[in-house]
Amino acid sequence: AVVSTQSTGAMFGCDTFEKVIRTFRLARQSMGEIVSACEFMDRTCMKAVNEQLSLSSPFPDPHPFYFIVETSGSNQEHDMDKLEAYVGRVFEEGAADDGVLATSKDQAARLMALRENIAPALKQLGYNYKYDVSLPLGQMYSLVEKVATRVRGSEDECLSLGYGHLGDNNLHLNLVTPHYSTEVLGMIEPFIYEEVAKLRGSISAEHGLGLKKANYLKYSKDSEVIEMMRTLKEVFDPNHIMNPYKLLPWK
Amino acid sequence: MASLRVLVGCKRVIDYAVKIRVRPDALGVVTDGVKHSMNPFDENAIEEAVRMKQKKIVKEIVVASCGGTQSQETIRTALAMGADRGIHVEIPKGTDESLQPLAVAKIFAKLVEKENPDIVILGKQAIDDDSNQTTQLLAGILEWPQGTMASVVEHSEGKLKITREVDGGLEDISVGLPAVISADLRLNEPRYATLPNIMKAKKKKIEKMSPEDLGVDVTPRLKVLKVVDPPVREAGDKVPDVSTLMDKLKEKGHI
Repeated sequence: AVVSTQSTGAMFGCDTFEKVIRTFRLARQSMGEIVSACEFMDRTCMKAVNEQLSLSSPFPDPHPFYFIVETSGSNQEHDMDKLEAYVGRVFEEGAADDGVLATSKDQAARLMALRENIAPALKQLGYNYKYDVSLPLGQMYSLVEKVATRVRGSEDECLSLGYGHLGDNNLHLNLVTPHYSTEVLGMIEPFIYEEVAKLRGSISAEHGLGLKKANYLKYSKDSEVIEMMRTLKEVFDPNHIMNPYKLLPWK
Repeated sequence: MASLRVLVGCKRVIDYAVKIRVRPDALGVVTDGVKHSMNPFDENAIEEAVRMKQKKIVKEIVVASCGGTQSQETIRTALAMGADRGIHVEIPKGTDESLQPLAVAKIFAKLVEKENPDIVILGKQAIDDDSNQTTQLLAGILEWPQGTMASVVEHSEGKLKITREVDGGLEDISVGLPAVISADLRLNEPRYATLPNIMKAKKKKIEKMSPEDLGVDVTPRLKVLKVVDPPVREAGDKVPDVSTLMDKLKEKGHI
């Protein structure tokens, strides 16, 4: 996902996911259209970028969750005023447990770099099982916790973590093990898709279904809908030569 | 043990990440509507003062800035990083862009008389004029020792051990107090303004004054004649062999 060119930004440390949501909602309310990105990440993600890529956290102590907001309005001064007012509100209402404000573009870029470098940092830790799903806002982190519980029985050391775009209800759920394991894969697939379906989310939020998730489309769409999609595709691509094997479940 | 007092200087400049454009009148760069922030080296200066306070070497940090009304934002940022109070030497709009190091040094010399600090820390240079003069001029006016381009500052028994970044590498010096220091980039990693400190900063005092109040004449001694973009980089020439290369070099007068 592309995170926009920053103008100013702030990052908050939150001790519960519920506080992340409160801080996020305040951002929408206080700053409206100048908000260009709302990202969250958990403590495991922050630890990964700190240790693997030597990018330092702005906070001396770790927090279970971090929320980053970035603004890109057309008037720099108004943006800064709005951002300061928002930050003041977050503090007064106790919506977050700690926060920092970027006072220069360089600082804003460095805050966003913590979020943008999670994927490269995770690669250093072992094999990554990556899931890009969308869920109702309140449930976004619950899936990470369910996966952590689910893999507890496995032999391998598993790290279940999450980060993503709050504004789009998009969770990037990752499981990290030292090496690839079919046992672990079996524990989480189709479990993750079933859980997403139960919460009425989407199994593919921004990265598309492609090849790997085509057979899981049934977790997000009814069979009638899938048949309708197939019918339409037959009209335009009777010989199945356009983007074969992607999107629709293989017959 | 904290007994020392520090005066730190900061300047509001065009943000380091902004693409600069030369003004149509070629006498400067466009500043209207352009993002400004604290000079990066000044962030290092303030950070160092705050660290010394955390180590209980310093008991009070006063931050001062010379500039237009908006310099107050920069002072607020310094207060949010941990400075205790601020001084804004207000320069009227129109003359703020022509404020030069000698005038700033004279102003700071007067502030030193007023505040009596043991250490003055400034950023090594401002990224708009790249002068790298104020610290040195100030030290000269005050007749105080100076440690410029500091990348390490250690305090011990009333003296400061400073490591300076110089062309040949690193130089270690020892200066007695009171002294003037200029901060280099590698001195420290400046902290972010944290929420509780931003809120506290709103209540910290910023004293306002003018150069006249300090008895300083800020009339510029240097006049900018012209500001132009650097020449556009030209494409190079590819040559087939060494003798052609030698001919070309001779032809262009390089050898």
